[in-house]
Amino acid sequence: MEDNAKMEQFQQRIDAGEKIEPKDSMPEKYRKQLIRMISQHAHSEIVGMLPEGNWITRAPSLQRKLSLIAKVQDEAGHGLYLYCAAETLGIDRDELVQQLLDGKAKYSSIFNYPTLTWADIGVIGWLVDGAAIVNQTMLAKASYGPYSRAMIRICKEENFHKRQGMEIVATMAAGVPAQKKMAQDAVNRWWWPSLMMFGPHDSDSPNSGVLLKWKVKTKTNDELRQRFVNLTVPQARAMGLSIPDPNLKYDPETKNWNFGEIDWDEFYQVIKGNGPCNEERIEARRKAHRDGAWVRDAAAAYAAKHADKSNVA
Amino acid sequence: MSETFDKQTRADLFDYLLRLGDDRLILGHRLSEWCGHGPMLEEDIALSNISLDCIGQAISLLKLAGEVEGEGRSEDDLAYFREAIDFRNLMLLEQPNGDFGYTIMRQFLFDVYSFYLYEALQESTFQPLAEIAVKSLKEVRYHLRHSSQWVLRLGDGTEESRQRIQQALDNQWRYVEEMFVLDDIEERLIVENIAADASALQEKWREMVEKIIHQATLQIPGDNIYKTQGSRQGKHSEHLGYLLSEMQILSRSYPDAQW
Ligand SMILES: [Fe+2]
Ligand SMILES: [Fe+2]
Repeated sequence: MEDNAKMEQFQQRIDAGEKIEPKDSMPEKYRKQLIRMISQHAHSEIVGMLPEGNWITRAPSLQRKLSLIAKVQDEAGHGLYLYCAAETLGIDRDELVQQLLDGKAKYSSIFNYPTLTWADIGVIGWLVDGAAIVNQTMLAKASYGPYSRAMIRICKEENFHKRQGMEIVATMAAGVPAQKKMAQDAVNRWWWPSLMMFGPHDSDSPNSGVLLKWKVKTKTNDELRQRFVNLTVPQARAMGLSIPDPNLKYDPETKNWNFGEIDWDEFYQVIKGNGPCNEERIEARRKAHRDGAWVRDAAAAYAAKHADKSNVA
Repeated sequence: MSETFDKQTRADLFDYLLRLGDDRLILGHRLSEWCGHGPMLEEDIALSNISLDCIGQAISLLKLAGEVEGEGRSEDDLAYFREAIDFRNLMLLEQPNGDFGYTIMRQFLFDVYSFYLYEALQESTFQPLAEIAVKSLKEVRYHLRHSSQWVLRLGDGTEESRQRIQQALDNQWRYVEEMFVLDDIEERLIVENIAADASALQEKWREMVEKIIHQATLQIPGDNIYKTQGSRQGKHSEHLGYLLSEMQILSRSYPDAQW
């Protein structure tokens, strides 16, 4: 479909706000960009299970333990759902998972930071799921039907995670001095990485142009980041927590919270694999995959045997 | 309800509810260790589900235990502020997860037991316990389906999987006897139709276990092996202490804090 007339037709459909469905014709570049985005998103859900899963066995009450298991389980469901969305574009899940294990696929860098105290579990729900919601609310309007629908469904659960996270943070911020200290420390460590979740400045974002043109995205990285800051600063204040940015200042004219510059060196270092937990995260996924190989083989062998039997019968 | 019990019955019932609650708390905790590390995404989700059910049941049972005891202890107090010697769970359930086959076999042996136990407990004269049994039985039915299907797949899968799951069964056989041994506490509660007679469940348990094990082309181990005993009286393996120190770290470090 690469000739100009077809490209134009496709663009017209996009401009008219139509959803593109799996069987529709689409430019090869559109398909590739979507596979890249959706699979990165799926990998992020899966790798994201690790930093939080790290605290399941140490959750401080039975109810908190239940909520955290349920949350991490939700993320597994999101991963599964997104892999399915990617599969509608003609690639299978095994291949995508292999790309992750081989270190060829990216996932959100935020999960390469460590969870050091229980407060991190609250702050991840509040800031990381919170940032994801800002991004996904936009993606729920994406031009590709299956991705858009996946986002609508996932966003509902992310909102729940965010509320749950804020509740943990608020409880600790109002708790004994040691808890307050943990809460503030977690905000200090997760604030900047959360802002980095929205990606580079628009001027440095190589894919932004085409994604906007095809309405995969409808807002720029910087717009989304600003929206997140505007939403989050008042929440932090309400909980009595400070944001680790001396340049944070409200602008009554634009009604924006202006903020300082992100440490882009750190951003690119973590993407390159030099974050505090990059190796542990990938190794944990590889180990699960390796240790599970005999189980998957057994399930396949059993299914094959019993499919034979039922065919004969 | 529990106000009408005499002192002995109250103490017995408290201990019995701890046995029920601790089994599910410790097993649920072990299962939750799999979250994010399972052999496939679908199993991360399934094991998490079972873990959630187990811990949910433990919450109901320990809450009830606290009410029966009448000393104002909550389910969290009981979970987070007891020592290993005060835990009443089966030794089988505190064992480290091992490989997926070990976890599945442990789950299967316990699910069959839990299924028949809850079935019997539906008739308990202690109404709150009967209600928990009715509700939990529905969940255990699903757990049992999941674990027995995996026993079949692993037993009748590849040569490697058959060896691994057989190994798990051989290793765990020494722990199962404890499920059915009665002590004075349970005997007194059985007389009052409060507790289920676990010794009477052994035959049914064995029948179902044998059926699935044979269908999975596996062998039931011989009975001439050493059988563990005493975990219902707090005599555990060393593994429980480590599990608890991890689980209890925050509550113990900040006993005055709310989380
Ligand atoms: Fe998610
Ligand atoms: Fe989430």
